[in-house]
Amino acid sequence: MSTLAANKPAYDGQTLDLTGKSGGRAFRNTLASVLITLCFLIALIPLLWILWTVISKGYSLLFDAGWWSESQRGITVRREGGGAYHAVMGTLIMALITALIAVPIAILGAIYLVEYGRGTKAAKVVSFMIDILTGVPSIVAALFIYAVWITVFGFNRVGFAVSLSLVLLMLPVVLRSTEEMLKLVPDELREASYALGVPKWKTILKVVVPTAFGGIITGVMLGLARVMGETAPLLILVGYSKNINLNPFDGFMGALPTMINQDRTELALQPAADRVWAAALTLILLVLLLNVLARLVARFSAVKSK
Amino acid sequence: MSSTDVTAPPDRPDDTKKLDLGPVGHLGDRLFAGLARGSGGLVILIVAFVGIFLLALAIPALANNESSFLFSRIWEPGANPPQFGIAALFYTTVISSIIAMVIAVPIAVGVALFTTYYAPKRLAAPVAYAIDLLAAVPSIIYGLWGILFFAPILRPVIDGLSNALGWLPLFEKPPTDNVGVVFTASVVLAIMILPVVTAISREIFAQTPVAHREGALALGSTRWEMIRMAVLPYGRSGVVSASMLGLGRALGETVAVLIILSVPNGNDPWNSSIFAGGETFASKIANNAAEFDSPDKTGAYIAAGLVLFVVTFLVNSAARLIVARSGPGGKRTRKVRRVGDKPQTEGASL
Repeated sequence: MSTLAANKPAYDGQTLDLTGKSGGRAFRNTLASVLITLCFLIALIPLLWILWTVISKGYSLLFDAGWWSESQRGITVRREGGGAYHAVMGTLIMALITALIAVPIAILGAIYLVEYGRGTKAAKVVSFMIDILTGVPSIVAALFIYAVWITVFGFNRVGFAVSLSLVLLMLPVVLRSTEEMLKLVPDELREASYALGVPKWKTILKVVVPTAFGGIITGVMLGLARVMGETAPLLILVGYSKNINLNPFDGFMGALPTMINQDRTELALQPAADRVWAAALTLILLVLLLNVLARLVARFSAVKSK
Repeated sequence: MSSTDVTAPPDRPDDTKKLDLGPVGHLGDRLFAGLARGSGGLVILIVAFVGIFLLALAIPALANNESSFLFSRIWEPGANPPQFGIAALFYTTVISSIIAMVIAVPIAVGVALFTTYYAPKRLAAPVAYAIDLLAAVPSIIYGLWGILFFAPILRPVIDGLSNALGWLPLFEKPPTDNVGVVFTASVVLAIMILPVVTAISREIFAQTPVAHREGALALGSTRWEMIRMAVLPYGRSGVVSASMLGLGRALGETVAVLIILSVPNGNDPWNSSIFAGGETFASKIANNAAEFDSPDKTGAYIAAGLVLFVVTFLVNSAARLIVARSGPGGKRTRKVRRVGDKPQTEGASL
């Protein structure tokens, strides 16, 4: 191409030009480049705009030590003060319980798909169901837990119920990423282990899973990031409490999304608006931090395959 | 040890005997395999239970329902006798999601092409990552930003569209200057599903066989012609299924829609225009969580949730089927990965 282009001056432009493109084609090519680049720029606008809005409106409260150590107890929408400690803790506790339930099931499920069920009909059914679970809207997951936890068993609306519904949302994320990672583990490693007389289950636990560990952690973090921002289950399954409640089995519990939801109707009042945006920034920071960490872990612990 | 020892001839031990790794390994294997199978089975059970429980709680309420569940627009589950139908919810849910898809898919395809074939190699990964970050923003923040900051700039678009196309019922001029309309929700939904559609399209575009692309270039194609003749046909089914997944996401989105859409007054006549307010399945359920006090009322909302579950189930299964059936991209992804080869990506991460 480049040598041909170098010859270009030899043509006078009037004679047959075999190296160039006809005007129409060149124009369409340029037009496509412009449009495609434009698509990217358009897609970037909302991201930058949202980040700018949340950061510029929410940053001031975050430098306040009280924001991280106090609750909203006794604080009304018209009063300044208080913090998001109760909501941050609530979000973390519910996410942690979710992870404790979802991660073992997800990892074992992925092990089933890759190590035991590979190619079988049953594995295909499981795989299909995971896809379906991935697509279940959070409100449906919440309604399902409502149906079981509250309508059938008659329990109260508590933080644990939220965790249960978040399990449905976190499970497929972690399972899929673990599955992808386990598939990347070279078969030579497994065979070497079998050849040494190590039983299959030990091979999986001591060779396969540790090799894929970085990827599994990445999946867990992405799963956590997904469930932390969910609001719908919180609206249905637990009430918002301004007080510090660290017990997921009793009473209402604060969480960052419901803290935003609480004051968002009073945005005309400055103290409420400040808190809404500060809570939004805290939530975004938590979620983005998990995302960035997940990427870093993924980059530095990728499965080395030939 | 085991019963097979008795039946197997002593001079010809079977293969399993030779590979017997001892009783501990044997037991461990069975336990571990059982655990793994159990987890797989649990996933099936969970999905089945979601359907069964929702159905079980919806049926009594549906039996008491005095209106046509599918075709009525009335929603008064608390009345005596209860009356509720999902026609209005269904309409708003579907129309908002479809508009979101119409807006998001072309842009997503553009972004995916940009990251795979246009962006400089060093830029491709950060660019892809930046778009992925859109998916990390919690939906409640989309909702707040959408109604407070984004909706006002849509005002001229709404006015323009309704002036030009107002003769269609779909684009009928709204009675008020309210910005919390279906159209606004759709545009915000489009932004929310953009990263999903982009990520999958990107992965499939990046896998277009090098031979196809170089063949097109060798025949003298421009970059755009190469994309049109080699990349797009190869990735078509992948893009279709990515769009379906995006559609599934949009159908079920709750909080952003809840914050943005203004709920019409009970006395107002129903309006089919996308420039009017409304409620989707998800926003209706979330908005009325406080009303779950009697079995009939709860059952009505659970019935609505069940319909949403079925609709998203169908849309998502269709997406997977398209990939499994006709998608060279979809099949190739799995195969390439299983062997442990590096997928033939060009600069794009994931």
